[in-house]
Amino acid sequence: MLAVIRLRNLFAVVMLFGIYSFLAAALFVTLNAVDVAFTEAAVGAGIATFLMLSTLALTVRREKLRRKRSVIPLLVVTSIGATLVYGTFDMPYFSDPSAPVHGHVARHYIESSTAEVGVPNLVTAVLTSYRGYDTLGELTVIFTAGIGVLALLGYRKRGGKP
Amino acid sequence: MRPPIQPHNLVLRIAAKMLIPPILMFALYVQFHGETGPGGGFQAGVIFASAFVLYALVFGIGLARAVATGRLLRVLASIGMLLYITVGLASLFSDANFLDYDVLAQERMEGQHLGIFLTELSIGMTVAAVMIMIFFAFAERGVRP
Amino acid sequence: MSVLIGHYNYWIVIFLMMAGLYVVIAQGNLVKKIVGLNIFQASVFILFISMGKIEGGTAPIVKEGVSLYSNPLPHVLILTAIVVGVATTALALALVVRINEAYRSVEEDEIHEQDQSF
Repeated sequence: MLAVIRLRNLFAVVMLFGIYSFLAAALFVTLNAVDVAFTEAAVGAGIATFLMLSTLALTVRREKLRRKRSVIPLLVVTSIGATLVYGTFDMPYFSDPSAPVHGHVARHYIESSTAEVGVPNLVTAVLTSYRGYDTLGELTVIFTAGIGVLALLGYRKRGGKP
Repeated sequence: MRPPIQPHNLVLRIAAKMLIPPILMFALYVQFHGETGPGGGFQAGVIFASAFVLYALVFGIGLARAVATGRLLRVLASIGMLLYITVGLASLFSDANFLDYDVLAQERMEGQHLGIFLTELSIGMTVAAVMIMIFFAFAERGVRP
Repeated sequence: MSVLIGHYNYWIVIFLMMAGLYVVIAQGNLVKKIVGLNIFQASVFILFISMGKIEGGTAPIVKEGVSLYSNPLPHVLILTAIVVGVATTALALALVVRINEAYRSVEEDEIHEQDQSF
């Protein structure tokens, strides 16, 4: 991650980001989240990296050298990080079965999903049946992003006439 | 119109020709097996779009545009959204809540299965169409007139 | 000592989050800022998924003979978040391409100079 900050060659930055996404997807598999790993590998290491490479092909390849180096962002980031670390001391332990996040609604989904929905994949059952309205909103966001990109980049060629 | 077959892109062309149909089949497999294993609409849509991207990268954007025209992609994305909303409205008109799949068929389980199948299909269609649309918009921007 | 072993996943996530945040605040190149934003997003995903893991559980797909599943609720949230994140990134990159065509640069300070010199 520190290499992403220091590198000026943007192509290398995008490649490192692709590797980072792929490592995150592998991490998700070891954390028993196979659906999420699938989506992260396809979307993060595939589409996002590919779109950034297209943007690099249409803009510049290297970053300009900054003349003044201020230390304020570093201070801001360190203080926020320290506050967050202080805040995590109250959080439940990693992979603790008695954490509050595993009670209530999640337990209801796991126990009664087979009787009510009948689909083995619990993530699909929750995503499309119990929380189908949120998935409709997600679909709308993707659709809007597609229309937005079409409106921004769709019709005129580079520097040409409409 | 077709890019010339030269020795240095021969391997790429053959590999792409052999890879693209399995990629499309895999996308369909992931779409329809989203209920019994990992997968579902989003993953299937992205994999489907990546097959088209591979085709456009190897064979040129002109040929890829001939297969997936702008109009077809827009229509497909809109049909996906409308199908999802129609499923919700169908349950609304049958005296139940919006997007309640229980009332879509005679039996409750059948209704749930039908609702989930249609929903995943519409998600896959819209995601694939939008991803291909975004890719073509980016790629055609750099074409010198 | 058990505090360290129990909480190390949060600290890794906080480090990644701060690295992404630093790239967004401090770097001037617009494309690099978007990469930093995506690093930030991915670290938040890791946070949620690591909170959903249960010791000894398996993937949340119902099978014979398995009794303990990992919590499917964070998986659903993160699935939606990943796809929304890529939609936002696509729009942001389209904006960067248009900015580059209008201002002939993707550096933040040069764009500010051109804006203020009107």
